[in-house]
Amino acid sequence: MADKHQKVTFTDTSCKIHVTNLKKNFGKLEVLKDINLDVSEGEVVVLLGPSGSGKSTLLRCLNQLETATGGQIIVDGHDVTDKHTDINKVRENIGMVFQHFNLFNHLTVMDNMTLAPVHLKLATKEEARQRAEQLLKRVGLEDKAEAYPSQLSGGQKQRVAIARALAMKPDIMLFDEPTSALDPEMVGEVLAVMKELAREGMTMVVVTHEIGFAREVADRVIFMEGGYIVEQGSPEELILHPKEPRTIDFLSKVL
Amino acid sequence: MISIVQVYGSMLLTALGRTLLMTVLSLVFAMVIGMIFGLMNVGHNRIFNCIGTVYVDAVRGVPLIVLAYFIYFGVPAGVQGIGFAGFRLSGFQAGFIALSMNCGAYMAEIIRAGIESVDRGQMEAGRSLGLSYGACMALIVVPQAVRTMIPSIINQFIITLKDTSILSVIGFPELTNVGKTIMGNTFKNLQTWAIIGIMYMIVITTLSKIAKRIERRVNRGR
Repeated sequence: MADKHQKVTFTDTSCKIHVTNLKKNFGKLEVLKDINLDVSEGEVVVLLGPSGSGKSTLLRCLNQLETATGGQIIVDGHDVTDKHTDINKVRENIGMVFQHFNLFNHLTVMDNMTLAPVHLKLATKEEARQRAEQLLKRVGLEDKAEAYPSQLSGGQKQRVAIARALAMKPDIMLFDEPTSALDPEMVGEVLAVMKELAREGMTMVVVTHEIGFAREVADRVIFMEGGYIVEQGSPEELILHPKEPRTIDFLSKVL
Repeated sequence: MISIVQVYGSMLLTALGRTLLMTVLSLVFAMVIGMIFGLMNVGHNRIFNCIGTVYVDAVRGVPLIVLAYFIYFGVPAGVQGIGFAGFRLSGFQAGFIALSMNCGAYMAEIIRAGIESVDRGQMEAGRSLGLSYGACMALIVVPQAVRTMIPSIINQFIITLKDTSILSVIGFPELTNVGKTIMGNTFKNLQTWAIIGIMYMIVITTLSKIAKRIERRVNRGR
């Protein structure tokens, strides 16, 4: 699956995401100022920071839901900031999970999961259905295949959204505040699915406010503020022994 | 009143048939026009936005009767002027063009509003799975937009049906025009226009009732 399309730029198999001097402006507002970041294969990176710090924007730049204003982003060997790159092809390999789930409301759970693989001819209808059933079993929702999104709870919706992204067999998964819109009692079921994914070696970049998840699962935690990466390190270093005053200040408020 | 119905009944029904045919044909063509210009206005391409806005503003800014005169008299005059001496448009042709253009502009607005009512996250989720903009529109956004558009489209259908009466001024023998003919023959103003009014009313009320039912069904199902 990793080689289903040709690499167009340099290949460094251990480095899945390579960001250099990334800048992003919304009009006159500079949201990302100068971001440099490498993510290795199988690494779980958690982005922390106050709202407005640019962490969601950084995540959305990685699959170009936001186009970068400057700098370079190389994902899986493809320069996604290059206009000549077939971004749709690259996105097939990058799953994304949204805060508000964004399930296709007019389709059943099964159709949500098979729409893209079948339309993009990555699988036959039958193959896609079988894979969807396996994935639903994995997230504990095998009985919901024919349900519509409106019939699911928030936690169930988010688990379906994760399964839908996995149906594309991605190498990388991006999570944009996946538990922020959930009722507290449903946060655990979603985090459990994410933990399992991490254990299986998925490369993950996660924007979250769940410090507990970061401590337990992350290989590296990055603290962002004002469009910059302020500090990064292992969960142990960054969460328990932060050095930068701004990190200490932020953690004192959320812990 | 009864004598008018007896003498002119079949003529009135034929005219009503023409009214309905003109309405349906115009509406179908207007949907195509509306889809093209509506989608132009939804995207972020400046040139397309500009074309879409100019079309909608131009057509909505001109009364239908003026548009009908322009196409029936103005356009053939212009075409004859550049050397096609025999060029003419029939009342039906000109009426069809005018009504489609007019209805198309409103349809474009209905379609634009319907598409914009779908949450932006739906498009983003589709794009994040590797689907193209067009595929996301066709498979994800438009199917959800249609549901919110249906009441407005039915409403537009009724407006267009009434607007066909304006085509009587360019000689298309629809219901109102036939009413004028009957009036000229019988001089029974009150009866003639009462009959014409009731015929419109019956058709439109029936359509409204059917529309309500469709709307309810669409809302119930997914």
